[in-house]
Amino acid sequence: MSTVIDVEHLNFSFGSGVLTQPVLKDVTISIEKGEIVLITGPSGSGKTTFLTIIGGLRQAFHGSVKVLDQQFINSSEQIKVKARQQIGYIFQQHNLLKSLTALQNVSMTLEINAALTERQRRERAAEMLIAVGLGDRLDYRPDQLSGGQRQRVSIARALVGQPKIILADEPTASLDKQSGHEAVNLLKQLAKESQTTILLVTHDYRILDIADRVVELEDGVIKQV
Amino acid sequence: MKPIIWFYFPARLAWRQLVFDRTKLVAAICGVLFACVLVFMQLGFRDALYASAASAPVKLNGDLFLMHKQSEALWRPVRFKRSELMRVLGNSAVAEAYPLYLGLAPFKNIQTRTKRTLMVYGFDPDSQIFKIDAIDDKRAELRLKDTVLFDEYSRPEFGPMRQLLAADQNVTEINDYKVTVVGLFRLGVSFAADGNVVTSDLNFMRIFSRRNHEDIDLGVIKLHPGASATQVQAALRSQLNEFVNIFTYEELLSYEKDYWANTAPIGFIFGFGTVMGWVVGLVIVYQILFTDIANHRNEFATLKAMGYEQGYFVRVVFASAFFLAVLGFIPGYLLSLGLYHMAESKMYMPMPLPFGKVTTVFMFMLSMCFMAGLLAIRKLKDANPADMF
Repeated sequence: MSTVIDVEHLNFSFGSGVLTQPVLKDVTISIEKGEIVLITGPSGSGKTTFLTIIGGLRQAFHGSVKVLDQQFINSSEQIKVKARQQIGYIFQQHNLLKSLTALQNVSMTLEINAALTERQRRERAAEMLIAVGLGDRLDYRPDQLSGGQRQRVSIARALVGQPKIILADEPTASLDKQSGHEAVNLLKQLAKESQTTILLVTHDYRILDIADRVVELEDGVIKQV
Repeated sequence: MKPIIWFYFPARLAWRQLVFDRTKLVAAICGVLFACVLVFMQLGFRDALYASAASAPVKLNGDLFLMHKQSEALWRPVRFKRSELMRVLGNSAVAEAYPLYLGLAPFKNIQTRTKRTLMVYGFDPDSQIFKIDAIDDKRAELRLKDTVLFDEYSRPEFGPMRQLLAADQNVTEINDYKVTVVGLFRLGVSFAADGNVVTSDLNFMRIFSRRNHEDIDLGVIKLHPGASATQVQAALRSQLNEFVNIFTYEELLSYEKDYWANTAPIGFIFGFGTVMGWVVGLVIVYQILFTDIANHRNEFATLKAMGYEQGYFVRVVFASAFFLAVLGFIPGYLLSLGLYHMAESKMYMPMPLPFGKVTTVFMFMLSMCFMAGLLAIRKLKDANPADMF
């Protein structure tokens, strides 16, 4: 198995000078291909910050963060944009584009890829939506869907580009127990089929059972690996 | 990336976001429409001004024109001596030289007896210095004492002259001097005069009792066929006194136009109005684009996290600006078309809407929306996924 995410001695802090607020302290973790890792921990423990660094959304300066063999520490925007295209992101809120239908929302992931034809994009987006059980909701806008359905659209959106990594930030936070469980099980099932690595931040203990490994973060320090 | 995809996808997203919120779209279109109509009308009035200002010189039939250097424009000339004009006959290329006398005078409406100022042209009825057939045909009648021709395109406040002539009511007063209207011609009003009357040089002196034959306002020179106007112009320039301008036909027209554009504040006023329309539209479109970006901040940040680069969002904003420009321009153009017709029928001013003006205004709208987009894209940096999630 190959290492997909390799983090060594990552330090990160907000602010500067006397106001410096360390968020991540000497974090070291490596995640293998196809692994499902859950990061838990109380609010303010730096979970989301860690996730945005791995996702190439936040620039870190100290330590080493290698994602898909790209070094993110002090990297250029160009490198991170390229890396983001291979990462599927699932947000706490569904974050769908409200003016687009489910199908169009899922297609947005594929529009970065110029190699596909418009027809191929539609077909792949539709297949993905069928796979998440929304085959009869292709042309519905987000405001016409329930919370669980929206989150399933956003799972479809994250998976349709066949990413190497899925990063999920509290994907069940806005869902009730049943639809939350459905959503993560769906995610797990689809990810296992395609050997996709999942890094999931949550403090929803009801979904710990899907993980291969649970990592707890507290005050920016990894407690147990 | 293929260029079509480079622009097509952001444009399609911009379009979908625009049509999603119909209320905001209508408001945005109204903003551009307003700016569009404002610019159309300002340019229309300005061009009508130029066209009408030059309407009298356009109808003059001559190759070269003599005017005092101190004359700002044809409607307020500085007089010079007729002998100065006659000197040009010494040049062998000159065939004829005739004076033109101009004067503003009150004209009495035959029906209401109210007085309103119009422009009186006096010319030698032996000459053909107007390119207007109706005047040429009536030259014999104009030789009679106290006869004038009336411009049918004068403002209606002077009275319905055609009906009055048919009813044999043709006697009125110009400058408190009794004259008989013996016919009609068509010239058109300008910002300088609401109406026009043409008469013989002799009758002109009777109407303006203080004027005399020796002090002329404009000299109209005709050359022998085949003579080069510019060569004769150069030759005359060295022969004549310094206080006269020698214009070719085109130079006379542009001299008149420049007066209204630059010397008179009117050209500036309409230019200013045009710029204001542009600025108002700019502010409206900027506001719309700016709030649009603010409202879609979350969505843009999401797309950024998915791997879209900054340039994509810049293209989305400019595509929105482009759509607003086009969508606002179309109804703006149609509305202006109607307003132009209304202005023409109400104000008796020529208000043509040539294709050139339509493209000019469209370019104006495009530049306005482009500028608004340029100002609004600064807001894009707020869409930072790291701060959002």
